[in-house]
This record gives sequence, C-alpha cells and structure tokens, in this order.
Amino acid sequence: MNEYTLPIIFGITIGTLTRIYMLRTDYRQYPTYLHGKIIHTALGFIAAGLGSVAIPSILNEEFTAITFLTLAASQFREVRNMERNTLTELDSYEMVPRGKTYIEGIAIAFESRNYLVIFTSLVSVLGYLLFNIWVGLIFAVIALIISRVLMSGGKIGDIVDVEYIKPRFDGAGLYVDNIYIMNIGLPQRQEEVLKYGMGFILKPKNFNARSTIANLGQRQAILHDVSTALGVYRDSGTPALVPLAKRDLNDGRVGVFVLPQEKNIAKALKIIGAVPTLENAIRMPTERNASEERSQT
Amino acid sequence: MVLEKYILAVITTNPSKVPSGATVFSCENKEEMESIAANLEAILDGIAHALNEELYVIVKH
Repeated sequence: MNEYTLPIIFGITIGTLTRIYMLRTDYRQYPTYLHGKIIHTALGFIAAGLGSVAIPSILNEEFTAITFLTLAASQFREVRNMERNTLTELDSYEMVPRGKTYIEGIAIAFESRNYLVIFTSLVSVLGYLLFNIWVGLIFAVIALIISRVLMSGGKIGDIVDVEYIKPRFDGAGLYVDNIYIMNIGLPQRQEEVLKYGMGFILKPKNFNARSTIANLGQRQAILHDVSTALGVYRDSGTPALVPLAKRDLNDGRVGVFVLPQEKNIAKALKIIGAVPTLENAIRMPTERNASEERSQT
Repeated sequence: MVLEKYILAVITTNPSKVPSGATVFSCENKEEMESIAANLEAILDGIAHALNEELYVIVKH
C-alpha cells in the first residue's frame, strides 16, 4: 500500500462502472447477453486501469510511463476490428442485414467508449489526488455526463419529416407515393405486399439531410431497425418480400417500403424517427460554401 | 458461382416475342403462366417480374 493505491483502485472502479453503464443491451440486441458483456467489461477494466495510473506516474515524474497510453490506442483499435469482424460475419445471416455503414458505426462506438472510460478514470483520479475522494467523485460524475453527451449522436427524426403512405401498384410496379420501389409480377405476391406492406416517405428538412439519407448505408440502417423492432414478413428464398428504400431523384425524398409483422403505424413512425444518423453517412455540402466564403474574406 | 441481376427463366404465353439464349417456358394461358412463375420463383430464389401481360421473367437479384 502506498499513497496511490486507493486513488488507483478508486479510478479503476469508477472507470469499470462507467463502462458497464454505457454497455446497454437495447433493441439492437447488441451486445448479446453475458459473453459479449464479459468481453467488454473486461476491456473496460483494462481501460480504467490505464487511465488510473496515468496521473500517479506523472506525479512520480515517471514520464515514460505515459507512453503506455499508446499501447491503449492500439489495444482498442483492435476492439474495433473485433466488433467489425464479428458483426460482418453475422450480418449475412440476418433477415434484413445491418449494412456495412451501420456496423462500422457500432464498431467505432465500441472503440470510443473505451477512450471515454480512460478519460473518466483519469479525471476522477486527478480529482482524488489534488483534493479528496469527494472531489474525485464529482469529477467522475461530470466526466460521465460529458461521456453521455459525446456518445449519443443525432437521430433521423431530427433531419427528416416522416410520413406514412400506403404502398400501391401501378401495373406490376410497386410505388410508395410517386417513388418506384420494384416490379412484382405475381398477383398473389402483390396481394401479400399490399396486405403486409407499409410505406413511408422521408422528406429531408434541408440540403445536408438530403445527402445524408441518400447514403445507402443509412437507408439500410433504417430498414434494419424497423425490421428488428416490428418483425419482418419474410423468409430466406423470398427476395420479392425484401424491404427497400428508394430515392426520388427530383427532390431527394426517400421512399421506405417495409413488410413488418406488426402493422402499427404510430410505432413505426417513432422507430424511424429514432434511427441513429450514422456518422459515416452524414454529409454537409453546405459547409463547403461556408468555408470557401470565409477563406475569401 | 454467385449470379447477380441475371435472367434465369422467361415465362410467356407468346413465344414469338422472347429472345434466344434464355430458358423459355411457353404456356397456354395466363393462369398457367402465373402458376409456373410462382413455382419458379420459389425454386430459383429469384423474383418474378412482369414485363407485360404475356411475359414474365425470373431474375436473380
């Protein structure tokens, strides 16, 4: 036992608890129960350890110990690879796949959450050493709040207006509003599609949103989330019953066609609104003009 | 081999209209055409698309 033992234990505890707090199993059914959670709690513990020893080593004037943190960076990049590989492997067996963009987003989140754990542990140990355990706790809470803000991204509902439209057939062509979805030839398939199908129009609120929802990964994420939450009327070997999202080239609206098991319009609207905007899909074409104008003046 | 966007079969009631080079099922009437298209759709894991009233294609997507 030395003067740093308690602060380090404190930091590790706070960090691990932060990781557990951020590790929520939600409608995405990810991480899966127990084993997936154990892996991430263990990695969170390692991250917390790394964050906790940083301040004591600076105070001991052992600056080389800080290089240890670079080890953390490569360690957690590995976490991202691991998540990406697992999810990509599993994706081919999903009824409605997540899509590469969504997977990348989830993998990034797993990596960055470990860095947030390092940050939380570091800050709380700093508070403990400079003042006392109570200040350490306050620092930990503040860091937790910052982490929470950082880890919650935007939602589709913020950038588009969602509207329910009943899908219709024009000949063999399936339409949602005026957006062509696909050609379904067999009359009995058409009946199924009209019976179970739901159509939604996503109307972008501005020019940036238009590019963001045009992204194929973002559209796949919407289809995946709706299908996970409401079930899907589909089996392998029925490609005609696949949910699709197509774009109106004139004004950038996106027509979403899904075949849920549970036809609940209000719930579906809520789910589409709550789909995360994937950070890899976000585009800001208007920023280009703004920055050019700034550089000219 | 993985096929993408490929016409697997053509089902028609008017054989004079179909191109060569595809597997053609010529049928007597619309009912027969629809039932064959439905079966082929299930067998081939493709989608039956209607090009017009007398011509269906099964496409692998």
